[in-house]
Formats: sequence, C-alpha cells, structure tokens
Amino acid sequence: MKKEHTHENAKKFGMVIDLDKCTGCGACMVACMAENNVPFKKDESEKLDSITWIRVYKLTNGKSFPDTEICYLPKPCMHCSGIGEHGHSPCVSVCPATATDYDHTTGIVSQIYTRCFGCRYCMAACPYHARYFNWWDPVWPEGMEKSLNPDVSPRMRGVVEKCSFCFHRYQAAMDKAYTEGRRELEEDEYQTACTQACPAGAITFGDLNNPDHKVHELKKSPNAFRLLERLKTNPKVYYLSSRDWVRKAGDNYLEAENKVKKK
Amino acid sequence: MDSALIPKGVKRCSLGLFTLGIAVAGAVLLWGVYAMLLCWIKGLNQTNMNDYYGFALWIWADLAVIALGGGAFFTGFLRYVIGKDELKNIINYAVIIGFICYSSALLILAIDVGQPLRSWFIFWHANVHSMLTEVAFCLSCYFAVLTIEFIPLILENRQVDKVPFFHNLSHNMHEVMAIFAATGAFLSFFHQGSLGGVAGVLYGRPFGSREGLLVWPWTFFLFTWSAAACGPCFTILVTWITEKITKKKLVKDNVIRLLAKISGWMLATYIIAKIIDTWYWATVTAPSMGFTLMDFYSNNAFYGIWILVLEIFICGIIPALILITKTGRNNSKLLMTAVILAVIGVCINRWVMVLQVMAMPVLTFENWVLYIPSWQEVATTILPVAYGVIVLALAYRYLPVFPQEKELNPID
Amino acid sequence: MFPFSFEWVWDAGHVVFMGGLWYALGIIGLGMTYCIIKAVIDTSKGNGGHHH
Repeated sequence: MKKEHTHENAKKFGMVIDLDKCTGCGACMVACMAENNVPFKKDESEKLDSITWIRVYKLTNGKSFPDTEICYLPKPCMHCSGIGEHGHSPCVSVCPATATDYDHTTGIVSQIYTRCFGCRYCMAACPYHARYFNWWDPVWPEGMEKSLNPDVSPRMRGVVEKCSFCFHRYQAAMDKAYTEGRRELEEDEYQTACTQACPAGAITFGDLNNPDHKVHELKKSPNAFRLLERLKTNPKVYYLSSRDWVRKAGDNYLEAENKVKKK
Repeated sequence: MDSALIPKGVKRCSLGLFTLGIAVAGAVLLWGVYAMLLCWIKGLNQTNMNDYYGFALWIWADLAVIALGGGAFFTGFLRYVIGKDELKNIINYAVIIGFICYSSALLILAIDVGQPLRSWFIFWHANVHSMLTEVAFCLSCYFAVLTIEFIPLILENRQVDKVPFFHNLSHNMHEVMAIFAATGAFLSFFHQGSLGGVAGVLYGRPFGSREGLLVWPWTFFLFTWSAAACGPCFTILVTWITEKITKKKLVKDNVIRLLAKISGWMLATYIIAKIIDTWYWATVTAPSMGFTLMDFYSNNAFYGIWILVLEIFICGIIPALILITKTGRNNSKLLMTAVILAVIGVCINRWVMVLQVMAMPVLTFENWVLYIPSWQEVATTILPVAYGVIVLALAYRYLPVFPQEKELNPID
Repeated sequence: MFPFSFEWVWDAGHVVFMGGLWYALGIIGLGMTYCIIKAVIDTSKGNGGHHH
C-alpha cells in the first residue's frame, strides 16, 4: 500500500492486559473465535495445529507446594512495530508476497488472506507463535454457517491467519464516524471482542499514543512489561503484574542477570 | 535395440537391464508422486508439520539439495570464469546434478506452499525486503541458466546432433557459455546467500538470528561459501557412485583431485569463518537476547551439543584437513571419506538452520517441540532422489557426458 | 515485479533488487535469442550436420 500517513495523527492501537485480574476463564478466546469466524477441528485436543487468535497460557513459578503460584496469560498477536518502530515487524519484513502489512495509520499488522500463498515464513519469524496456518478447509457444524460474522471473511485452507485486533470493527466505526462528519473515534467506539468479553475487565484496549485513552497511562505502570522486549520486536501488547516472577517470565535472562535483578 | 542413440565408442549395459533399473527407480518415483498428489489434493494436513514447525523436512531438503547442487555453479565458475580447463571433464555431470537438484527444489517448494496455484504471487507482489523473494527470483533464474547449460549436452546426442539446426544451436550455446556461467555464478551467489539469510534475518528467533553486513546477515555469506565448498564434493561423490555402478573409470584422477583441492581450501576457510560466527553468536549475539549457548542445545538428546560438534569438527575440520593435504587427496579412501563427511556436514548445517530454529522455544513459558515427518513428507522428499537417478541414468546412457570415458575405457 | 503493480515503490530497494532481476533475465534472454538466431542463419547457410 502506498503510505499516506502523517505521523501527527497516526494511531497506535494496543492492549494492556492485567494478569492480576485474569482468571484464565477463556471467555476472550471464545469471543474471538465467534467474532472472527475462526475455524475449529472436531477434536481440538492437539493444540499444535489448532487456531486460536488469542490463546490463554498457564504459567507457574516452578516451585513446589506450598509455594506454587500460577498465572494465566492471554496471548494475542503482538502487532509488533519492529526494530526502531519502523513497521518492520518480524513477520511483515519476511513475507515474500506482501501478504502481511504494517498499517502506519493504526499500527495494526494485517493479514491479506487472498494474497497469502502459505509459505509460512511469517510463522517461522514470529517468536510469539501468534500466527496459525489453516491445515484444513474450515468446516462448520450443520447450521452454524448461518451464525458466522458477515463482516469477517472466513479463510481457506493453505493460508496463514492471526489476530487482527478486530480490524473490521475499526472499519465499521470509522465508516460511522465519517457519515457523521467526524475523523476521530471515541475510545469506546472501537474495542476488540476479547476486551469486551473479559468478565474480569483484565483487558484494556485503545490508542497507545492518545493521552485520553486508558492504555496510555496503564502502559507506564511500573508493573508493565511486554513479552520478549530484548528481541526489539516492539510489541503493542503490554502486560501488568504485581508479581516479580511473572514479569520476569516475559523475557529470557542469563543466570548472572537474574542474580542482579533479585537484589 | 537403442544402440543408435548411444554415443559412439562407448559401451552400455543391455536395454533390458537398463529398463529394469529404471523400473525400480520409477516405482519409488510413483510412490512419491502419489504422496505429492495427496498433499496437493487433500492439503498440508497430510504432513506432520504444525504451527510450531511451519518449516520442516521439506525446507531442509530444499536447502540441502541447493547446497549440494552448488557444485554446478562453482565448477562452472572455475571452468568458464577462472579458466580451470581440466574441469571440462566433469562440468557436464556437475551441470546435470545441479539441474536435478534445482528442479527438485522447485518441485518441493511447490508442494510445500499452502496454495501452490498462487505461487506466482511471490513474483508479482514481490516484497523486495524478504529473503524468500530473493531466493525465489534467483532460484528460478538460475534454474533457467542450468537448463541452458544442460541443453547443448542433450543436443549432442548422436541422433539429435544430426539435425543441422540443433547442431548449430549447440555449437553457438557453447560459444557464449561463459556469459551464462558468469550470470549463473552471480545468481547463485545471491540465492545460496539468501537461503542463509532466511534464518539469519529472523531477529525474533535467537537460534537463527545473526548480525551482518548491510542487509545481509553473516549466514548469507556462510551459506554461499559452504555451498561452493561442499557442492563440488557432492559432484565428486555422485561421480564416484556412478563409476562404481558402471564399473568404469569415467573421470581422470587429476581432475577429481583438482576439484577436491579447491573444495578443500573453500571448506577450510569456510569452517574457520563458521567457527568465528559460532563463537561470536555464542558469546555476544545470544547473550544479548538472554540465552547462553547451552540453552540452545541442552533440552533434549535430539538437539544436543553433539550436533554442533558433528557439524563443525567431524564434518568440517576433518574433511577440510584431508582435502587440503596432498596425501589425503591422493588416497582414494581418504578422499571419499572427506567428500562424504563434507556432504553430511553441509546437510547438517541446513538441518540445524531450519529445524533447530523452529524447535527452540523463545517464550519462557513454551517448550521444545519435536517433530517426526509423516510418510507423505518422506515420500515426497525421496521422490527427487528417484527422479535424479532416472535423469542421471538416461543422461549417462544416451549423452556424451564424460569426455574422458572413451580414452579411459577403450573398446577393442 | 512491475512498476504498475500497486505495491511498487520507486525506492532503492526496488531499483536495486528488480534491476538485478531484469539484468539477469535480460542476459539470459538476449543470450538465447542470439544463439537461436545465429543457429537459424548458420543452418540456412548450409552449415552443420555431421561434418566433424
């Protein structure tokens, strides 16, 4: 796409997920599946080839009873802006057919299903395993195709898909705003399905660049961290945790560094 | 029965025996074709790949055959650009082996992608920042060059050569072959390199990620270098196997030894560069991402540190030492040991740079994932071998592949 | 691949990369054209066949 953005009004949509609030209920996953017409298999026990745009992980501190602690961590696509925030996300820079693109106006990493030819190089590039391949053609149980979301195109076999930050909702909200003569959205006009579904209110979504949006402040919390920051992928999903071991689980550290950190 | 097609002055086995051999290879080929059709018709669920192993056996096979097919470009470069004239006695075979390797790679890629009918998107909608785009472009261009290098040899078949147009075409193509060979070397430098870049640019994958020069990570140069070193070893190996099967000497020792010597020095310099790269990666690159060298190797026996020792020491330093010493090269057992080790070494390097990159978890709360290919993946990977055997057998039988064959095997 | 495909940008990346591609394709194409045309001319002059 030709870049028509100007940096003054560029948005940077992102998420802050409060892990202290997350109960691991999986409502975000269910909402996402329904919202985005995510296909599923008859038997979902093999997770290595099943698709969940947002997946809840269970982390433990590795200690035995009674010191065992667990933490649930929902993991959508991080919508990385890449080294130096130039939009060269690990996946976008490697896609040979320009089938995944970094939108400089929103900061969202898109996936163009009809352009993807399924080489899976983006999956090899993504350290978060946020990308999923359609190993099968989607098959919906009898009658269920009637309840598919008409705003999201289902994907065919042989292409890669991933979390889009419910981009179709952004488009719908922008359409509405335009008809009303506005160029800007209110914070609540564009929210992802997982954000709205979370019963604990653990997920906050908004424009990280906009001081009026809650995420702008939340991401500055001393408890905030991102996954694998050391790789300089620059994710737009932040996590909050008051627990030290959880924050440390976000990245890889050498033993020597761990000792320094503990002091 | 087919004696009119067989080059003059050489002896070939009976057509019956030849047909039997082709039939055996053909049966394996058909098995592979069946698996290939399954993958195309039913999709990639026929494989054991998954979202953690998006790149697996096929991509390894691709990288490996292209490295092994590197004998064609490097021998061509030495023969036509540097002017090592003796190599004209092995260049035909190197070209055929290269042709087989590259056509196999293209076929495997066509099976490996999820939507093969959209493969042309890689050209049409090319993302010039992607290493894979560079691979696709140079690979297909170089395949065209290899075809051009192969055609004159086909035209030299006794019957085809009788047609004046084909005779002239073959002659003219020989005349300008240096230009094609130079173009081929240029293209090869980039696609061998960009295959190395495929893993090197993955800055989210600490096992593969490397610093580099401009847009090219160090693996870019290491891959070109190792292909130039080990490709000719594969040419020597296949020539040796052909000699064993045909029970004939086909290429004089001095030709083999010259190629082995150049290969040896390439391998020796490569392995020094590889050791420096590994050392820098282990002490600087990986720690900056929070990993120690042993984090990459210690989880399971399959991906243990032995693989690094095997690649660098046993299949790198040892063959290099054998090939750069005259005694080593002149002893045919040592020479063949070195050649086989070098071939295994480059295949291990490609294996590690594909599969271990995938196997190693980056998120602290994920685990190592092991992968065993499905029979469909194995069959489609063996398919090119059967195809290669058939092409080599046909070429050897009907084309004047080895200029020294008549002299070495006079018919009374 | 072509300047008229919509993702084309006239930047250094495209010029260098595509320049290299078209250069290589040009050499291959011109080389083969030369060989074929010359072979046609040679043949029409009555050269070739099995005279050596």
